[in-house]
Amino acid sequence: MLILLTGLLLGGTYTLIALGLTLQYGVARIMNLANGETLVAACFVTFWLYAGYAINPLLGLLVIGPGAFVVNWLIYAWLMQPLVKRARNRGMLEVDSILATFGLLFLFQGLMLQAFGGSYFNYEFLAQPFSIMGDSFGLNRVVAFVAAAVIAAALYVFLYHTDRGTAVRAVAVDPRAARLVAIDVRRTAAFAFALGGAITACAGTLLSTFYTFNTSMGVLFTMKALIIVIMGGVGDIRGAVLAALVLGLTETLVASLLDPGLTLAANYALFILVLLFRPQGIFGKRPA
Amino acid sequence: MNIPRNELLAVGAGLAGAAVLAFLPLVTEGFWLSVSVNIMLYAAICTAWALFSGPTQLVSLASAAFFGVGTYSVAIFVDVLPFPALVLIAVAAGALLAILVGVATLRLSGVYFVIFTLGLAELMGQIVTWVQTNFGGTIGLYVFTDLTEAHLYWMLLALTVIVFMTGWLINRSRLGLALRIIGNDEAVARHVGVDTARARIILFAVSGAFIAVAGAIMAPRYSYITPDAAFNPMTSFLVVIMALLGGTRRLWGPLVGVVPFTLVMDFISGHFPNQTAVIVGIAFLSIVYVLPDGVTGQLESLFRRRRPTDHSLLATAVEEGR
Repeated sequence: MLILLTGLLLGGTYTLIALGLTLQYGVARIMNLANGETLVAACFVTFWLYAGYAINPLLGLLVIGPGAFVVNWLIYAWLMQPLVKRARNRGMLEVDSILATFGLLFLFQGLMLQAFGGSYFNYEFLAQPFSIMGDSFGLNRVVAFVAAAVIAAALYVFLYHTDRGTAVRAVAVDPRAARLVAIDVRRTAAFAFALGGAITACAGTLLSTFYTFNTSMGVLFTMKALIIVIMGGVGDIRGAVLAALVLGLTETLVASLLDPGLTLAANYALFILVLLFRPQGIFGKRPA
Repeated sequence: MNIPRNELLAVGAGLAGAAVLAFLPLVTEGFWLSVSVNIMLYAAICTAWALFSGPTQLVSLASAAFFGVGTYSVAIFVDVLPFPALVLIAVAAGALLAILVGVATLRLSGVYFVIFTLGLAELMGQIVTWVQTNFGGTIGLYVFTDLTEAHLYWMLLALTVIVFMTGWLINRSRLGLALRIIGNDEAVARHVGVDTARARIILFAVSGAFIAVAGAIMAPRYSYITPDAAFNPMTSFLVVIMALLGGTRRLWGPLVGVVPFTLVMDFISGHFPNQTAVIVGIAFLSIVYVLPDGVTGQLESLFRRRRPTDHSLLATAVEEGR
């Protein structure tokens, strides 16, 4: 029961990371391998705000979310847009965006390494026990889960109950058809990329409240996010939520029953199962 | 076999060049020899990488995983087996890893493959660390051999020659023909009975085995081997960047990128050790934006006024049509 709930609490944060990535890949069609660096950067900014200015990480979200939105918008406008224009088809864009964001990954990692060094960081925030059904959990983990759930729910309402959100989903389904109903595809794609980055950054802030982080862990989280997105099916929000919870649960099971050093191996094991049995995603339809 | 004359000339020139290069350790040592070892190392790895990623257009980010597997093949067995046997173990280990990855991902669309390779080096490092802490005692392993820098150079030179010969032979074989058809139009390839997944998996295994051998040859240079050093993600990164700089449409394309980049890298890591990642990141981005076809691709389209080769275009047009 302890493992089950710990896994679910972790899955809450993973959900946000994956939702960020699925917006960037599913809507803006950018396979962002530097997604994890956004997350790590948010961890460090949160740490810096908390340690330097005693700003509560939850309040920090209000700065970091919009900040990441602007930064990711600029990344899209300056770095991704030229690739979109250059690409003659989706496959070419995929290769180009993979290469470009792979370069960004090392650039950002290098910048952060210079600023913060390679050591591990953590800070104490709400480090008190909180009891659920007889077991006690870190209050920070519970708060992070609740905050993640609130943000995910807000995203859901936005995507499914507003015009802007409907436009985002339309571009995800078919960019060409979206143009026929007067959706500005370029703007919407930029918006989705920026929003995805902002959501990933929020996930980073929440993660940092209970997780020990360092500058080189970005790739691990990009992997987790990618695996969740594929497991859930690209662009499928329900799928992503379920997949994130499954991943959080599997990781916690492996970490507590086998060895914490095998979490990535657990991720990969799950990934292989998905590739072998349901490459189209949990709720995806089998392609004809 | 009917071999065109210009290809025979190229092979002859290549072998002659290699023969001349083999004398290098006799005339120089120290700094320039160690730089030459680096150049040979990346010449072998980048060409092996391009063997797979060139024709298939699938970006493999897993060079470090194969390199590390080769290094560890040596580190684990160095005290009990002679060096040639260790190289054979590296070949088997590299090919096996590639086949496992290939079977899981290469039957599906390309993006799964790229994602799988992204974390592969990290995964292998984690597994090795886990095995060593739980069953082996210590994290690091010592590799002591009598091999000098000159020996490493000769072995890497031989490996590079073998990689080139293999690439040339593949191009002339049924497998090469199959790959060209897949590159031109995957749907057509399937229709004429090409087993696309099998062709890709074989090619990936060949490429992975070569990179593992390069890792095995380099093991004596490190002498103390840790998972972090053997599976350093920087290796994967440098391989992609050098191969892209040179261009992957020709077998010798990556070589054009390797020589200048290794020299520049050596200068940068010597003078700005802390900024290396940032500088290399910027260099990588500029290559992706300014020279998407690499130096050789750019020169070719300049001289021949030919439109960029269509095989990448068509292959992806099929993807889009799905």
